[in-house]
Amino acid sequence: MAYVAVKGGERAIDNAHRWLAEERRGNPEVADISPAQIAEQLGRSVDRVMAEGSLYDPSLAALAVKQAQGDLIEAAFLVRAYRTTLPRFAASVPVDTAEMTIKRRISAVFKDMPGGQLLGPTYDYTHRLLDFALEAGFTPPPLAELPAEAEGMPRIHDILGHEGLMEMDVPSDAEPFDITRAPMQFPAGRDARLQSLARGDEGFLLAMGYSTQRGWGGSHPFVGEIRVGTASVEIVPPELGFAIDIGDVELTECQMVNQFAGSKTQPPQFTRGYGLVFGHSERKSMAMALVDRALRAAELGEEITAPAQMQEFVIYHCDNIEATGFVEHLKLPHYVDFQSELETIRRMRADAEGEMMQEAAQ
Amino acid sequence: MNGYNFAYLDEQTKRMIRRAILKAVAIPGHQVPFGSREMPLPYGWGTGGIQVTASVLGADDTLKVIDQGADDTTNAVSIRRFFARTAGVATTTHTAEATVIQTRHRIPEQPLREDQILVYQVPQPEPLFKLEPSRAEARRMHGLAEYGLMHVKLYEDITRYGHVSISYDYPVMVGGRYLMSPSPIPAFDNPKMHMMPALQLFGAGREKRIYAIPPYTRVESLDFDDHPFRATRAPHACGLCGAEDSYLDEVVIDDKGGRLFVCSDTDHCETRRADGHKGTELAA
Repeated sequence: MAYVAVKGGERAIDNAHRWLAEERRGNPEVADISPAQIAEQLGRSVDRVMAEGSLYDPSLAALAVKQAQGDLIEAAFLVRAYRTTLPRFAASVPVDTAEMTIKRRISAVFKDMPGGQLLGPTYDYTHRLLDFALEAGFTPPPLAELPAEAEGMPRIHDILGHEGLMEMDVPSDAEPFDITRAPMQFPAGRDARLQSLARGDEGFLLAMGYSTQRGWGGSHPFVGEIRVGTASVEIVPPELGFAIDIGDVELTECQMVNQFAGSKTQPPQFTRGYGLVFGHSERKSMAMALVDRALRAAELGEEITAPAQMQEFVIYHCDNIEATGFVEHLKLPHYVDFQSELETIRRMRADAEGEMMQEAAQ
Repeated sequence: MNGYNFAYLDEQTKRMIRRAILKAVAIPGHQVPFGSREMPLPYGWGTGGIQVTASVLGADDTLKVIDQGADDTTNAVSIRRFFARTAGVATTTHTAEATVIQTRHRIPEQPLREDQILVYQVPQPEPLFKLEPSRAEARRMHGLAEYGLMHVKLYEDITRYGHVSISYDYPVMVGGRYLMSPSPIPAFDNPKMHMMPALQLFGAGREKRIYAIPPYTRVESLDFDDHPFRATRAPHACGLCGAEDSYLDEVVIDDKGGRLFVCSDTDHCETRRADGHKGTELAA
């Protein structure tokens, strides 16, 4: 066989991408799907892409979902690569989740509390039976009954805090760390850790959080509160000197309440793990809160024994854009390295064979 | 390209990366953390090298991109196109014509000059990572130049196998001070780094590190007096150009064990053939 040097990489790439576009479209007899349909009807996918892409823009996220054929990590990657080209013009003032417009709010630690429990749109308590009626086309059911005039819904730790049973946040005016601008250093501050977790992979955080429940760094969690709703984002432009509202974001916040035995300087009290995610994602916010609490082990003087408590392990590996890139880079050619390994293993085998023959001769 | 800055990155980001590069040049072999940006290409596919190239590239530069020594591997094609599109710079496949060469896994066979920059794509900048997975701990070991662990690893290899079993990404000491990963180039290429006239820059995007070897710097592959470093290659001549001193790719040509050995550096091989060198397998 005559050897033909492999040429034509450019043509192969162009053709591959044309094929991809064709496959993305699928059967042309089936109606094309619009990003607006995705944004409206696949909202949880869009939410996940916004969270992991760390950019709040439902229409761009919906476009990314379409472009990625529903591959949500690929879609998050598209959003991230777009996000990185945007200027950072301000840091918002802390979002006040106590003032959110709530669509769902539940607590597992009190039967009732100011503002009450509000189930909202949830998959909880649905029976997971495929609904063949959806296949045929959907007729909206009668509108859900909205709660009577919503009273204030203070956050659960504000309620428990009055007794001193709950550790409280210490407000800070310090400029927050920005993981998109500065490389992570360890030990990392909680601001940097929470940023990483907020855009970390949902599956990874779920597994890490789950591991803490099964004894790998257990922290006896209770869901203090989960709230889902819309909060306004405000910035203070230096030229104005006061806060202005720049828009609303939908958020899911989870306050996990954990036991803490106390230390020499602190009496026993409840500690907290915190989860905050773009869009409606209870699973992610709960997993994040479990992992956040586990990562506070060092700060609270707990022994670090489990993966979920190890900052470097969790933070370096929770980013699915980094992880998928590096795992998938194994597809790239490695002829040169493999060739050097071939030579090494041939040499080692020759040495071993020589020794065996020598032994046999003796 | 419309809507994007020259070479994709904005000028502030390039400035930040250039500062990291300057620091890296000032401390040869030391890994400088930098605010690596998300790129439109995946992590692990050259994002560090691309950011370094984007920061040093000028409008009058000529860029060459190789992967496995070849200009026509798909990822090299993709990165070359990226810069042709975002920076509009001239590109070449000829080593001698390039002012900036971005590479993955190889150093060109043709010696580089003072007016050239070699940019390496680095998957794992920390040479100690297999021995010490914590980067915080590894950083401390670099600070103290505490490299005994690596020497023990080499020693154990020698006692088990009779020689060091590392065949690529073979650790080097830079300027007699910092232990450094040369990136996954074959050990065969390590000696080329020593006293190289060209500036060598290393970018690791996912790991957010930049490091450098300034021109004419000592780069020594770790070894022992009684077990000196040996660069190995397949013991054959290139089937196309007949070269007996170049690094070779092994190409499987049938299912009966048939093999063809050809230069991994495609430009080197083509140049030699143009100069009249012929290998035994070259079709007439």
